[in-house]
Amino acid sequence: MPLLSVDGLSTHYPVAGGTLKAVDGVSFAVEAGETVGLVGESGCGKSTLGKAILRLAPATSGDIRFDGTSISSVEGAALKPFRQRLQMVFQDPFGSLNPRQTVGEILIGPLNVHGIGSRRTRTERVADILRSVGLPEDARFRYPHEFSGGQRQRIGIARALILQPELVVCDEAVSALDVSVQAQILNILSDLKQRLNLSYVFISHDLAVVRYFCDRILVMYLGRIVESASSEALWDAPRHPYTRGLIAAVPNRARPRPESVLPGEIPSPRNLPPGCRFSTRCARATEICRTVDPQLARVGAGHDVACHHHDHTDP
Amino acid sequence: MVDLLTLKDLTVRFPGLTAVSGLNLTVERGRTTALVGESGSGKSMTALSLMRLLPRSARVSGDIRLDGRIISSLDDRAFRRLLGRELAMIFQEPMTSLNPVMTIGRQIEEALNVHERLSRRAARARAEELLQLVHIPDARAWLDGYPHTMSGGMRQRVMIAIAVACRPKLLIADEPTTALDVTIQAQILALLRELREELDMGLLLVTHDLDVVGQWADHVVVMYAGHKLEEGPPAALFERPLHPYTRGLMASSPTAGTSYRQARLPEIPGGIASALGQAGCPFAPRCPDVLPVCRTAVPPWRTPALGHHVSCHLLNEEERRDAVALG
Repeated sequence: MPLLSVDGLSTHYPVAGGTLKAVDGVSFAVEAGETVGLVGESGCGKSTLGKAILRLAPATSGDIRFDGTSISSVEGAALKPFRQRLQMVFQDPFGSLNPRQTVGEILIGPLNVHGIGSRRTRTERVADILRSVGLPEDARFRYPHEFSGGQRQRIGIARALILQPELVVCDEAVSALDVSVQAQILNILSDLKQRLNLSYVFISHDLAVVRYFCDRILVMYLGRIVESASSEALWDAPRHPYTRGLIAAVPNRARPRPESVLPGEIPSPRNLPPGCRFSTRCARATEICRTVDPQLARVGAGHDVACHHHDHTDP
Repeated sequence: MVDLLTLKDLTVRFPGLTAVSGLNLTVERGRTTALVGESGSGKSMTALSLMRLLPRSARVSGDIRLDGRIISSLDDRAFRRLLGRELAMIFQEPMTSLNPVMTIGRQIEEALNVHERLSRRAARARAEELLQLVHIPDARAWLDGYPHTMSGGMRQRVMIAIAVACRPKLLIADEPTTALDVTIQAQILALLRELREELDMGLLLVTHDLDVVGQWADHVVVMYAGHKLEEGPPAALFERPLHPYTRGLMASSPTAGTSYRQARLPEIPGGIASALGQAGCPFAPRCPDVLPVCRTAVPPWRTPALGHHVSCHLLNEEERRDAVALG
């Protein structure tokens, strides 16, 4: 049984003159100890999906099961035990830490909320988690502004992990950092994963980072998963034209400049194109693409694609 | 003469901090020089000093020569006449650089009117041409649109249209694609290259992204804590990086196609703040190959291969060892 399974999940928002379908019928699973990457352009719904998993965004329809229990309709106090097991690391280590609290107060907060341990054991746990993220013990007496961006992200990770969760959603957790600092944070996340047998849902627009850090990658476009495969299969043999376009656009100093780039921009999720949502930008689109919405279909071991023309192999 | 921009010993000082230390740099006409480094490297300060956009507390010294004439000694009035016609700049945040309450067309016309006396109708026609030049579909309709209704990529195109409105010789682009998706990034970089050819501009590209540099620049300058550490053509620099910092940066970015299951990412320990107050090489406190001399003497600027320069003591040391070994 997977640790997390999401089935037909949608997050729709009512907007003037219609519905904004941020997430629209998404299904996937995360096994214990697995890292699943969510990639796609801004507006594809990846962050909303990450929040919906944690019940921070509403699920309009569909089911979220965590460790065998449906959590999509659990409310209020009944949700609390799950909150402890599901945590999140945010992109902006400036905006997500309270500037008026010391690091010690920030870290002890979750333990107080969930009534974990005595006063002494809580202090020990704070010291413990600071050590695991590579911060000095006296950091607990200092305020967030006294730290660099990379160190603040360590504090954000410490806060998410102090409750010893099983699944952590990382939303662009390394995107704001310089590469040398990004490497430090990725190494910490991967050490902690091994030590605590964590599972991650790793949301990022940076495909090179996702390729390195994830076991499996889900590619999203306008609220849907359009391709899902192991990290290697997706990178080496992408089947969806959108995935191919994305990968070709990733700058890589070891490759020549891309000859042609994916044209156009992602359309508004308020006004979805008929048929395949990618058809407006797809060089391979035919009549069927403009009328029939393709569903995810198995094309190889653990490799799913939603494309009418997925068996074409031209670049 | 092909050198369009030449910086000689450019230094930018703030009270208690030197942001740029004695930088020498050239940008050739019709080519792209990339200034690459992490936060705090001084790359943006260099760009802002060229445009005289630094805060008042900054003290700038050194020579800035553009198209054969020294522009660093011009008074502000004379310098303003160059803005837009000789040099122009685009920034990372196209939302905050555009006026939210002015139509796109008016903002382009405003840029045109600074230097050219055009009738309202001629200015509008020229603005439409410029939007077409940066490939904005439905250009005429967008003249009356406002920035907030555009996507980030479209806004950056408008910024570029404004920057090239008076055909500058040098375009400075400070992290022009950092806030954009990779697909849009590729579109904007291709557009900048196309305009560079079409208008015969020199391009100074300021970025933190080594992969962007590798694909889009003709010449790379690596900066760290205000110092130039290495420079050369991207092929040579990435094939055989000479400075331990360049090597560290390349190794720590996960482009190489590895996976976390195979290997940890090599880290550069510490942070750039350690360079403050260093007597010798600014990278010495974080350098894996540090020698005693690195902490006391600034390394000389050396040219171990044609067109490929580096500032590092280690290279001397290696050469000395080689010389000793050869007898």
